[in-house]
Amino acid sequence: MLLIDCPWCGPRSEREFRCGGESHIVRPETPDAVDDAAWADYLFYRHNTKGVSFERWLHRFGCGRWFNVARATTDHRLAAVYGMTDPRPELEDGR
Amino acid sequence: MNRYSAWSLFRAGLERQRNWQPAWRDAEPKKAYDAIVIGGGGHGLATAYYLAKVHGIRNVALLERGWIGGGNTGRNTTVIRSNYFFPESTRFYDHALTLYEGLSRELNYNIMFSRRGMWTLAHDRHGLEVLRRSVNAMLRNGAEVELVGGEEVLRRIPGLCPTRFPVLAGLLQPRGGTARHDAVAWGYARAADGLGVDIIQNCEVLGFDIRGGAIRGVRTSRGDIASDRVGMAVAGHSSAMAKLAGFRLPIVSYALQAFVSEPMKPVLDTVVLAPATGVYVSQSDKGELVLGGALDLFPSYAQRGSLPALEQVAGGLIDMFPQFSRVRLLRQWAGIVDVVQDSTPILGQSPIDGLYLNCGWGTGGFKAIPAGGHCLAHVMATGKTHPLAAAFTLDRFRTGALIDEAAASGIAH
Amino acid sequence: MSGTRVAGGVAIDRSHRLDFRWAGKQYRGFAGDTLASALLADGVRLFGRSFKYHRPRGLIAAGLDEPNAIVQIERGAATIPNLKAPYIELYDQLDAQPVNAWPSLGFDLMAVNGLFKRFIPAAFYYKTFMWPNWLLFEPLIRKAAGLGRAPQERDPDLYSQTSAHCDVLVVGGGIAGLAAALAAGRRGERVILATGGALWGGRLAGSDQLVEGQPATDWIAHTLAELDTLPNVLRRNRMLATGHYDQGLVALCERMTDHLPIDARIGPRQRLWHVRAGQVILATGAFERPLVFANNDLPGVMLAGAATAYLHRYGVLVGQNIVVATNNDSGWHAAMSLAQGGARIAAIVDARPSPATSLLAAAEALDITVRCGTAPEKAVGGKQVRAVDVARLDAASRLTGRTERLVCDTLLMSGGWNPAVHLHSQAGGALRLDPAQHSFMPAALPGSPSIGAAAGDFAIKTSLAAARGTEFVPVSTPIRPLWSLARTAEPDPLAWVDFQNDVTAADVALAARENFRSVEHLKRYTTLGMASDQGKTSNVNGIGILSQFLGRPMEAIGTTRFRPPYDPTTIGVFAGHRIGDGLAPRRRLALDAWHVAAGAKLEEYGGWMRPVAYLQEGETEAQAVAREVIAVRTRVGLFEASPLGKIEVKGPDAARFLDRIYVNTISTLKDGRCRYGVMLDENGTIFDDGVVTRLADDHFLVGTTSGHASAIAEILEEWLQCEWVDLRVLVQDVTTCWAVLTVAGPKARDVLQTLEGTIDWSASAFPHMQHRAGLIAGMNARVARVSFSGELSYEVSVPWRQADRLGERLTAAGAVHGLTPFGIEALMTMRIEKGFLHVGSETDGTTQPQDVGFAAVLANKKSDFVGRRSTRRPDSLRGDRRQLVGVAVDGPLPVEPGAHVVTPGREDAIGSEGWITSSAWSPTIGAPVALAMVNGGAARMGETVKIWDLGTWRKGRIVPPCRYDPDGSRLNG
Repeated sequence: MLLIDCPWCGPRSEREFRCGGESHIVRPETPDAVDDAAWADYLFYRHNTKGVSFERWLHRFGCGRWFNVARATTDHRLAAVYGMTDPRPELEDGR
Repeated sequence: MNRYSAWSLFRAGLERQRNWQPAWRDAEPKKAYDAIVIGGGGHGLATAYYLAKVHGIRNVALLERGWIGGGNTGRNTTVIRSNYFFPESTRFYDHALTLYEGLSRELNYNIMFSRRGMWTLAHDRHGLEVLRRSVNAMLRNGAEVELVGGEEVLRRIPGLCPTRFPVLAGLLQPRGGTARHDAVAWGYARAADGLGVDIIQNCEVLGFDIRGGAIRGVRTSRGDIASDRVGMAVAGHSSAMAKLAGFRLPIVSYALQAFVSEPMKPVLDTVVLAPATGVYVSQSDKGELVLGGALDLFPSYAQRGSLPALEQVAGGLIDMFPQFSRVRLLRQWAGIVDVVQDSTPILGQSPIDGLYLNCGWGTGGFKAIPAGGHCLAHVMATGKTHPLAAAFTLDRFRTGALIDEAAASGIAH
Repeated sequence: MSGTRVAGGVAIDRSHRLDFRWAGKQYRGFAGDTLASALLADGVRLFGRSFKYHRPRGLIAAGLDEPNAIVQIERGAATIPNLKAPYIELYDQLDAQPVNAWPSLGFDLMAVNGLFKRFIPAAFYYKTFMWPNWLLFEPLIRKAAGLGRAPQERDPDLYSQTSAHCDVLVVGGGIAGLAAALAAGRRGERVILATGGALWGGRLAGSDQLVEGQPATDWIAHTLAELDTLPNVLRRNRMLATGHYDQGLVALCERMTDHLPIDARIGPRQRLWHVRAGQVILATGAFERPLVFANNDLPGVMLAGAATAYLHRYGVLVGQNIVVATNNDSGWHAAMSLAQGGARIAAIVDARPSPATSLLAAAEALDITVRCGTAPEKAVGGKQVRAVDVARLDAASRLTGRTERLVCDTLLMSGGWNPAVHLHSQAGGALRLDPAQHSFMPAALPGSPSIGAAAGDFAIKTSLAAARGTEFVPVSTPIRPLWSLARTAEPDPLAWVDFQNDVTAADVALAARENFRSVEHLKRYTTLGMASDQGKTSNVNGIGILSQFLGRPMEAIGTTRFRPPYDPTTIGVFAGHRIGDGLAPRRRLALDAWHVAAGAKLEEYGGWMRPVAYLQEGETEAQAVAREVIAVRTRVGLFEASPLGKIEVKGPDAARFLDRIYVNTISTLKDGRCRYGVMLDENGTIFDDGVVTRLADDHFLVGTTSGHASAIAEILEEWLQCEWVDLRVLVQDVTTCWAVLTVAGPKARDVLQTLEGTIDWSASAFPHMQHRAGLIAGMNARVARVSFSGELSYEVSVPWRQADRLGERLTAAGAVHGLTPFGIEALMTMRIEKGFLHVGSETDGTTQPQDVGFAAVLANKKSDFVGRRSTRRPDSLRGDRRQLVGVAVDGPLPVEPGAHVVTPGREDAIGSEGWITSSAWSPTIGAPVALAMVNGGAARMGETVKIWDLGTWRKGRIVPPCRYDPDGSRLNG
């Protein structure tokens, strides 16, 4: 059971959160302007990193805020917690 | 290769079991092969076997990073069924089931396919409607399946005594059941080896040799191996393998937890799934209750037990079978599964010529093994997608022609 | 004969006798005994039958490493299968039975399997039973397998769970654990100290060995006494750490009442602790290895350390005439203790050519025969050991030369010690092979140090130093590794490695020969280490034998993964409160009691317990539904719609935001107006529908389907927080703030008008699809004139706690008009008559708006919204997609929802053209009505179709979805 350091509430149990999947996915500015392949890429294609993954989490049973987490998918170690609009941190073992 | 039979066992007994040959050779990798299969799980081993058996391509290397059958094949809860909703899925999984039924004799290896039936329950009116829709879909697709009323379900599954989620009806697939997972891997390995396939363990693929958009070989921890036909069947690690080849997949990897109890005398002779909790249970031939549940809630490559998943599954089991509350849990573990949006596999061409995909099984890979191997071997041998896998292309994510099993049938996949 | 009670025994209270039953016979023991110690004291040798060959087996261990003495306790609802006898604390009237033996433990018919042993080695079943098929043989195999019997009745006990945080969690109550807890406690840290058994002190409990100058028993007592003076230390016995999970979470199972007589048990039976600690100190001890020689499973062959434990803890001498076979010093210490306890030590057999002179001198002083460079070859005896044949070892550790028979009634063995690295390994810690101990040792693991025997340190002084955090260098006397004891390289087929699963050294060789050489293959092929002791006595021996057979170092073979739980743990304690409504609470309506009083039959719909229908005396459900429909269609009905989702969306950008969320344009909605809207997910799939109301220029009320409100609110938040961070909008789910009563029917206005308040109900002042806020009977109310039934209809919302009052007022006002409560099924019947979409019935994960009649809305909207791009992919543009239609069914009975639609002439073809999504008998029309999703359905109006349901056929005709009041004059009235 993960212990997740919510930027607003501090460390809380995994049970209070929901993982919203990979973060930093850019929604096309004008969806009509992109082709089907690019739209599919936005919708479905993921890095699915084995290693440090940058993903967004919601403190669902808490403050209700979304934030970003850099988490190692191999051992669930949290390398960084950062705001929703913050840039992706430079991590030594990042992709 | 020794032929296995009661007679050979008897004879071996007289020789104190000392004259058995290896079930498969530990092969040294050669410089080049007619075909390479990456991944020594059930799908990869089956692919190698069918390449040799059906297509006569025997100069095949099967590369496994660790030990064969060590991934999801050896970690799953061994349920086999073909109760799918859409005709594309039903036909494919029914083919797998049919191959499973004859597999022990085909491979001369007892995979202990146990046709004990698989139940999916409905807990409320809406669940019943969805179940009925599924049953009718399966019947129309030629699958043998039965819709059974609630009281009759309780009569036919002794001990089922739900507390929180009532049973309004059940879908029974009598041909469904379980098999001994390791035996599926070992049986295919032994049979493939017997046909000349090189099974190479402890051989990690580190990269691909791609020239002009076409595959030319693989780079491994045991040297470079050339081949212009490469199939990958690496389940939860498909994205990592695709990354080595320079493309991405519409896959997210999750840990799927599995559990067994201590062994007990027979109490449950079928497989039961409660959609309300996602929990399913059967009893192994050894007497252990074999339990599974929903996926972990975040992407993972960690093949380790999770406590929240255990607690949720324990609650779901006790809701179905309150008497199992005092039974003790023996072991929990996890496998890494390759989840796609529509719970339907990806089988066929990758963006690289000559590199073929077998992935996207999600939680349902084990039951598909014979058909997954059969179809991957077909496309590797002929360059053409097998008709049974025609709808399972990567292109469906672009066109939107998803085959959304999970959404349509309301059954965990 | 064996087994007698002698002096000593720190655990037992000789003044308190307990009666218990074993295998149907009465026995007596002392308070503090375990089932194992009490039976041993009574001379019992035979405890169980093995899994496969049903060989008679005795105790070999004194803890949860015991593989043989597996028992079932109690009967009926209280029964528990597969408990380990040394881990069952005796209580008065305990009733224990052996497992896996028939007709009795002494005479077991299945023991016939043993005669065929040479023909059924490990994994034999993969090689046979293929003809004609496995199904023929499986029932027999299944019957023979398994150990105990599962309970048949509902568990009468409760289980609880709790969480705790501390600075230091110490796992293990031996001297290392005690010292570590005390050191941390003295530093003022918050400490939790847990030990799995009842006793403190681990292997030194009851021993007179000196610890820091005082007898161990005194040292333990003093340490416990000081720990109890520290308020920052919580110590618990009977609390076993079962798993070391992600990020340092440790799960521990506390057995709260299992040791008490059944009628004295109060409160939860067991409690699961979730502990997060700054540091987890693993002082989990070590397990002794058996020696692997022929017939080493004869009852009376035991682990040497276990014999010492039975003596020191329970005052039980396991034998009178004992041979000790060892490859390390600990076997000698056991022999000395037992000699002191009154046993005759017939011989000490040490594999090492020259054990320490101090040991030899001590043996000589006690006149004990010593054989060095020697090891057991075979245990001799029928149902218990009578002698042991020993022989010398050559340089390659093979038995050689003539055998010597040593007569004994008990043979103790010590093959070295394996640190209990399970929790360390579960936490991700690495293991290294110790070249002197020939065991896998924990490598350093930040935040979770192992100390004492768990770290391979078997000396008191250094263990205590490690516990206190001092630097130390453990010194260990090398052992002589002994794996398979045989005269040739070929392991013996009767030398047992995994006792419970009946795996022999020859089976390990067989696996290696067949290329099951990875340690995981070995385990899976032979089932070595997969029994209920999870290989605590067998794994390392198996690895050693494989290493010996293959000539490959043990570290290259490695270990299998250690999986939680450490010891089998009750499933109920993991479930904890997750039973019944604790698993998933059932939500109750605001007027729950009122509905029940009115005769409602409640069922769960989307997590809410809602009235199906209100059954009157002698009425069937169908009759009640028809009556309710007619009442609404002709007079007026009352329905509780509180679960309808209500989300407030407010802010300067609220209208812009909702334009991006809905298929429909929301920004053009005028204040006080309502609009029906559909939401998609980004994949273009219909996700939800409902009525949006503009309360003010910057303030909307978003209506969602019942049970879906929190999911929608979460998604709205996700878009706002993660994508459109510039939009100034607040979202609040207010679903359960407002109770909603729907008054529907031609007399609805007449009923509402009689309530005093500020709302003008007249048709001109309050038209369809408008919203009013005001006072009704003194309550703050929000009223939406919307209709899912197709009649004049008002959804009246009041604060949840005032629902009763509104209900009372409406019933009173409605009496003269025949106001009739109606349930879900009547509402559904009416909406099917109207052809209204119900998300989840008509739609599934493939349904897009153009499939259900929103093609024009989709085409007309100019701006982008969630999911729009996906509705323009090639597959979304197919003309033959499944589309919403009505189906007029022939005959008087409705078809079943879930029936499939087939084109006439294609009855024998595979597949179908779609399916019935909703269906009812319409009392209004006097005929069945149905909705369906049919391939290309919109263009097939008037077509005849066949309807398939479970092998039966009906006929029907494709018609427009709306079958009642198509121009909407009734709801507009």
